[in-house]
Formats: sequence, C-alpha cells, structure tokens
Amino acid sequence: MSQLNSRAVLELTVNNHPGVMSHVCGMFARRAFNVEGILCLPMQDKQRSKIWLLVDDDQRLEQITQQTLKLEDVLAVEQYGAEHPVFDRLNAFVE
Amino acid sequence: MQISGAQLVIKLLERQGIEQIAGLPGGAALPLYDALPGSNIKHVLTRHEQGAGFIAEGMARVTGQAAVCFASSGPGATNLVTAIADAHLDSIPVVAITGQVPSSMLGTDAFQEIDTFGLMVPITKHNWLVRSAEELLEVIPAAFRIATSGRPGPVAIDIPKDVQNQIIEIDEFPEPGKAMPKPQPTLADIEQMKAMIKDAQRPMLMVGAGIIQSGSSEQVVALAEKLGIPAVSTFLGLSIFPHGHPLHMGMLGMHGSKGSNIALEECDLLIGAGVRFDDRATGKISEFCPQAKVLHIDIDRSELGKLKTPTLAINADVGPCIKSLLDSCEPNPRTEWVERIKWLNEHHGIMVPSEDNLFNPYGLLKQVASIAGDNTTVQTDVGQHQMWTAQVYPFVRPRQWSSSGGLGTMGYGLPAAIGAALAQPEYMAICISGDGSIMMNIQELDTAVEHNLNVKVIVLNNAHLGLVRQQQALFYKENFSQINNKRTADFALVAQGMGASGFDLGKADDPQAMLTEALSTPGPVLINVPISEEEMVFPMVPPGAANKDLIEER
Repeated sequence: MSQLNSRAVLELTVNNHPGVMSHVCGMFARRAFNVEGILCLPMQDKQRSKIWLLVDDDQRLEQITQQTLKLEDVLAVEQYGAEHPVFDRLNAFVE
Repeated sequence: MQISGAQLVIKLLERQGIEQIAGLPGGAALPLYDALPGSNIKHVLTRHEQGAGFIAEGMARVTGQAAVCFASSGPGATNLVTAIADAHLDSIPVVAITGQVPSSMLGTDAFQEIDTFGLMVPITKHNWLVRSAEELLEVIPAAFRIATSGRPGPVAIDIPKDVQNQIIEIDEFPEPGKAMPKPQPTLADIEQMKAMIKDAQRPMLMVGAGIIQSGSSEQVVALAEKLGIPAVSTFLGLSIFPHGHPLHMGMLGMHGSKGSNIALEECDLLIGAGVRFDDRATGKISEFCPQAKVLHIDIDRSELGKLKTPTLAINADVGPCIKSLLDSCEPNPRTEWVERIKWLNEHHGIMVPSEDNLFNPYGLLKQVASIAGDNTTVQTDVGQHQMWTAQVYPFVRPRQWSSSGGLGTMGYGLPAAIGAALAQPEYMAICISGDGSIMMNIQELDTAVEHNLNVKVIVLNNAHLGLVRQQQALFYKENFSQINNKRTADFALVAQGMGASGFDLGKADDPQAMLTEALSTPGPVLINVPISEEEMVFPMVPPGAANKDLIEER
C-alpha cells in the first residue's frame, strides 16, 4: 500500500455515550476533512471509547487535530504515522 | 426531595441566574411550560421561534452573559436553527432548550418529531439528547459551562417529554455551571510579543470580538496610544475604539475605508487580537498585509494558523496579553507612522457627504445618533443599511453594537433589539433595518408592544434588496433580477396595526422634527425612511479580490 506514505492515523479517546460518533463524523464532514477509514470500540471500563481515523497526512492535519480537540467528548488525540497497524489488519476483512 | 425533569430544568436555570427566557410552547414542551408559572423567570412569548433565538442572542450580546431560549419539537426546533447557527458563527453564548417527543416514540416519525440532535450538531459548541431526568443534573450546568468557557458559543439541549415528566428523588441541586479559567500567556509569550512589537516600525492592530469578550477594550486603546499603534476593527470588533479616535481607522475589509486598506498594505507587523481572519475582513488572504509579520493572539487554538500563518501565535485570552504589554512596554510614539495614519484617515476615510440630508443613509444615521445620544444599543439587520451603520455610527462603548456578522442573517435586528431592551431597559434599543430585512421578523413588533419595550426601528426603505442590487449593478452588468420590491408594505401602518407607533419620514413636512418626535416617543416605534435605490455602499472590495483592489465609487 504505497499511498499509505501520505496517510496518518489519529487515535481519539472519547466519552462513550450516544451522539459522540455524530459529533466526530459531523465535524469531519462539514470541514471537508477526508476520512479514509474509521474504527470505534469501547474501552474496558465502558466509560470511554477509542476511535481510530485514517486521514490524509497533509498541511490540514494540524487543523484537523485542533478542531477534533475542541469537541467536548474528545478527551485526547494521538497522532501516528501510516505504519500504525490498526487499519492494516482490518484490510484483511475488506480485501 | 421529589422533582420532575421539567421542574428541575426551571430550578437549575434560576440557579444559573437566568431571569428572562424567550420562547414559544408546543406539545412536546408542555411539561416545561407547566413548570414555569410560579418561578422567578419571566418568559417572553414570541410570535415565531426564530424571534426567540434572536432575542436570546440580543440579550447575550449586550450583556456578555449566557441567555436562554425555549421551543417545542419539530417545527419549533427547526425555527430555532437559524438563530442558533447565527450565534455559532459569532461565538455568542446561547442555551437552546427544546422539547422532544417521548423517548419511546423516538425514531418512529412521530407527530412533530425531527432529529433535533442531528440538526444542532454542526451549529453548536456541544449538544445533548437527554436520556433521563438524572442526566439533567449534569447537562444543565455543563451547558452553561461550555457556552461561556474559552471562546463562547451556543449549546442545545433536547429533552423528550417523558424525561420532562419523570419524577426523581434528589438530595441537593448541583452547583451552577460557570466558565472555566481562561488560558493565560506565559512570560516567554509576553517577552516574544514585546520584542516583536519593539522591532516593528509600522505595526497595526486588528481588533476583534475576542477583546470585547475579554473585557479589555480600554486596555487595548491605552496600548495603542502608549505604543503608537494604529488599529482597524473587524466588523464585530467595532465599538472597542470609541468613534473618532485618531488612531482608529474603522472597519477593515470589504466595506472598510480605502485608508485602512492602504495602511494594512504598508504595515510591517499585524497584531491580530481576538480575530479569526474572516474572508470579508481579509479579502484574498494571500495578498493580505503583504509586508507584515503576523502576531496572532486568540483563545481558540484552532484559529491559529487556520487561514493566515502567524509569525508568532499566542494561544491565550487576549485580555491578560494586552494588560501585560501595557504594563511592561516602553512608550513609543512612532510619530511618523501615526502621522501617516492621520493623513490616510483624513484623505481616504469614509466620506460622509451631507450630514444634514436625512434621506442620505449616512446623514440619517448621523442624525439618529445625534438625537438618540449615547445611552443606546445599536442593532442592525443585514444589507446596505448594516454596512453604512458599521462605517459611520459613532459607537462609544463596547457591547453597544450588535449585528449578525458571520452568518449575515436578515431578520436578526428587531428580535435582537427586543432582547437588548429586555436585558438593558436603561438603554434605548435601536434597530437599523431595511425594507427587505425587516419583513423577515416583523411579527416580533407585536412582542415588543406586549412588553412596551423601548425599541426604535428605523427602516431604510429603498424598495429593493439593496446589497443584492448593488452586486448585480457592479458585477452582473445591471442584469437586475428579483431585487425590486416596489410594492413595499406601508411599514408605518403595519407598526400601527400591531399597536406600535409608526412614522413615515417620506410624508413629513418637517422630517427632522418628525425624526426627533419619533425617537422621543415612548415604547416601540417604527420609522420608515425612503432612500434612493441608487445609493451604494462604497468602498467595496469585489468578492474574492484583494483588499487593495477596492472599488471607490461608481
């Protein structure tokens, strides 16, 4: 997957309650940020969830991160390179 | 104690210090309205929910405090949407509370059911669909905390009818929600800012609503004076500098003076203080302030670098930044640069042709200001009248000015003036409007009459959608399309029909005397003023062009 070089993975820690996905996905859609992949699972305590987003690693990434951090239910945002394994393994399901 | 969800909402709003709420009841909000009588809160019944949203905005803009509006589900909620979106674009703390169909019926296309949560997501800082009465104990204080913290903004709470009716047992009420401490500049930030300003030969301040929000207008004026830094205002930053201040060049951008846009071309440092570099202010942003380093101070981290890459970015409340600079910077008169600014203001300011002519927009606005005095709040609608007001109205204090900036919402002015009159009865609430805009919420005149509010509406009536006409004239070869409203209503008569006082300067033997009489008449008053449709707002930067390429006149 050569195009992965220009991708990044954002790992969001969010509150686990209804509406959080709407807030995250809605923000990406209305600000025209491209999302190539998305995965969401509750954490063990069930109080919080993790969301992984596969996004373009371009000059908008900093702005995307800052806008994401403004969402009330987003507790933390970590940024990884395309080498992050989460979407690579998921690829097996869609291939 | 046992308490219902609806009673809890009202009680928690009282504890937040809310004294007035604008709204309109309906089926899904009946328990909320059942809990209202007997509370300390005065409810202002509007004629349309959009009016309720704008009344809340009007209250919040003039006071700086969060304000509340109520609506029912379905059409009640959709009618609120425009006002909430308006508050979102201009960062105004409004708390919208809507009724919703019972939880058991959610998702069944029930009567007056709409996905209010989904509608409110993109136009609020945060919003909730409340799942139980217990949740209200957290949600209501959180709503006020979020609306007023950092960069303010609207929040929306959707409450199903069964949650409003649910009885719960509680021991005590939660603490009211309040704004979180604001981010402060570090010592290193201050030193960097000082060095940057010291090195600048031709610095300019660009002052925005963040300064009003931080309550530091006086300090920013003092800083400008101490350091010889001239200033331009964003549209929402008008009223930070008192009108006529020699260092102030008025509004920048699309309808700013030629002088202000020349100064921005020449400056070597731009200090953006509490601004977001809106396109109407910057014009084509790649050509904005081409010689300048940029110091950007904003409380919202995501604004730094969003549109204009700063040389130095400071993520902090602008107030303490300005105060530290004021305390620690050595005075610097920058005589040459200040003289240049005075020359530009004198030769390329906004030219007011005829202050005595009441049928010239500038003349009318100057006369209104002179008769009404300074104990006023000034609201506008959206269009030419709004830009003329922004260009020349002599504001004397922050929060005197209230207008729809980011969203540019026709219909804002009258309900916002009602909100201002409710919140600050000691001031005359002036609404400058046009024949197009006033029709969008004219029904709220009836609300103003019911409460006998000191609201004075001035309709600049050119029987056209003037700003659309202007753009068709300038950029579409006068191919006039759908802008003529020749059969305008008799607005003075409409006002009288609703029980307000109505005046028509076009029918006056002595228009000056009539204007004076109208502005001295107690209660709600509408004054119709015919003006020529040929009048245009100049200068004008064509949309998408650089500010230096402004059109000076036809």
